[in-house]
Amino acid sequence: MSDRKDIELIAALVPQGSRVLDLGCGNGELLALLQRERGCSGYGIEIADANVLVCHERGVNVIQLNLEEGLALFEDRSFDVVLQLDTLQHLKNTERMLRETARVGRVGIVSFPNFAHWPNRLHVAAGRMPVTRVLPYQWYDTPNIRVGTYADFEVLAKKDGLTILDAFGIQAGKVVRAWPNLLASVAVFKFERG
Amino acid sequence: MSRFGGAGFFFACGLHPMSSVGDVQPKSMHFAAPLPLASGASLAGYTLAYETYGRLNAARSNAVLVCHALNASHHVAGTYAGKDGSEGWWDNLVGPGKPLDTDRFFVIGVNNPGSCFGSTGPTSPNPDPAANGRTYGSDFPVVTVEDWVDAQARLVDALGITQLAAVLGGSLGGMQALAWSLQYPQRLRQCVAIATAPNLSAQNIAFNEVARRAIVTDPEFHGGHYTEHGVIPRRGLRVARMIGHITYLSDDAMEAKFGRDLQSAAFGYSTQDVEFQIESYLRYQGDKFSEYFDANTYLLITRALDYFDPAREHGGDLTATFAKATCRFELVSFTTDWRFAPARSHEIVKALVDNRLDVSYAEIDAPHGHDAFLLDDPRYHAVLRACFANLAKELYAEETRPSPSRPQAGSAPSGGSAAAPVASEGAASRPPGRPEAGSAPSGGSAAAPAASEGAPP
Repeated sequence: MSDRKDIELIAALVPQGSRVLDLGCGNGELLALLQRERGCSGYGIEIADANVLVCHERGVNVIQLNLEEGLALFEDRSFDVVLQLDTLQHLKNTERMLRETARVGRVGIVSFPNFAHWPNRLHVAAGRMPVTRVLPYQWYDTPNIRVGTYADFEVLAKKDGLTILDAFGIQAGKVVRAWPNLLASVAVFKFERG
Repeated sequence: MSRFGGAGFFFACGLHPMSSVGDVQPKSMHFAAPLPLASGASLAGYTLAYETYGRLNAARSNAVLVCHALNASHHVAGTYAGKDGSEGWWDNLVGPGKPLDTDRFFVIGVNNPGSCFGSTGPTSPNPDPAANGRTYGSDFPVVTVEDWVDAQARLVDALGITQLAAVLGGSLGGMQALAWSLQYPQRLRQCVAIATAPNLSAQNIAFNEVARRAIVTDPEFHGGHYTEHGVIPRRGLRVARMIGHITYLSDDAMEAKFGRDLQSAAFGYSTQDVEFQIESYLRYQGDKFSEYFDANTYLLITRALDYFDPAREHGGDLTATFAKATCRFELVSFTTDWRFAPARSHEIVKALVDNRLDVSYAEIDAPHGHDAFLLDDPRYHAVLRACFANLAKELYAEETRPSPSRPQAGSAPSGGSAAAPVASEGAASRPPGRPEAGSAPSGGSAAAPAASEGAPP
């Protein structure tokens, strides 16, 4: 989710002045943008030392935590928006994290690489795991330990009682609303607890 | 001209070599008004030993107070002329170009009352007429973290500072930084609390109690009035320090440093000789400590640690406790610190987040245990450097903001060529236009001229 355009598309989903928790906030770019341009406040959660430092340098609040340990530090519905961008697929406890996101935030926004994007389908049809711009890793070294699709997420959201408020794909910096499961490399969902 | 004057300032920062504040001199300030204490008692007229580094800017907004932990003092940075190995206890962090940059900040180190490095403590004369000129000894009143913060606030007042840019401390010093955010919420912008906790665990109190018993049961303790007997309870102090040292190191750090290494090639089959390297290390640390640290001070400071528990008056609710805090917070913990474990910092982070306060928290994966807060792990120091750089930027922006009453601070013509302000000259620097408080060279019991006292903010 380092693409500038992608970040702006996601930022547009966050209401002005929101209190935001950004899970896996990376270098804090989105949080800084939300603070600067949308009057938001809040915290980023990040595990990597280098990212924690960059967040400090940017002057965004960052809390160094391992998301696998859950969100015990945060009360129910204590944030307007909980973001989990390009993070879900790295976590062992994906479903638990999704539930935690819905517990802590009034609204949750997640994004993740859509494995059903058509070039990925071609790779798999040809007998190989996909290696693309969005999924640049080999099967043996990928940090994406959860491989899911746009359509898969809809099923999981339903199972966990989440109401999807908005959903779309992103491809090459553009919103994809038609056939996102086929035509978008990134899936985006905005949801609340049902 | 402002301390932050010149557009070249920020360009120069990256180029500035890290260096020492150089030779410094301790100062002392006497306070005639008694200090009311949490116990209900009060401390009669008292002296605080302190040091300052860097220069206070014109707006008096760039002061950073550094609070010490158990065995440290006001000598935070720099050296004493002609004394080898006299670097301040946080010299790796504080100095020109260092993470807490004395080219940008006016740094204050202060020795807490009850300690034994120049501020009034158990080794000072007891002013009570009944004491007949003897030292306080164990009659020195029990002081708390909150009492220390009150004493520090009076010093800050006397230095003409209304609001500190930051209060910084590690371990017990971190507790003082937290207490500042609760007792004087408007008087600091930033609280930096490292390797600390919202209170001590039972295990921590237990270690303190063992240390205290070692001292108190030393036959030379004499109920705390050992100076009158011309002796020092050295054995107790040694054991107390040995226990402390074990808890400041991680198991891994101790293993890496000493392992099972022996002093000689084979077992000596003795029960009392030093055989293992770790024994030698602990005995050395204990011996060294017993030469310079006062036993009553050890009792007092460990008790202050035990008592610190700001949530106590809120039924243990740390979130309610921090409702009165307003400043920004920077917290740091170390993964191998089992005395002030990261989980304790998490408790503080949660209370701050619950109160919607600005907080950043770094959990440094350092192997050294609690001692890590005094070491210079590059990740740790980088985080503090960024924290203080942001603070300096904020102060600089305020300094240079056009104001009708004050001419705009220096606008140097060009970028990099405008040199950074000259390096601070350590203790010689002081708030411009303020009389220097009595600069009796350490051991400040020689009453310094009374400075202005605790004028309310």
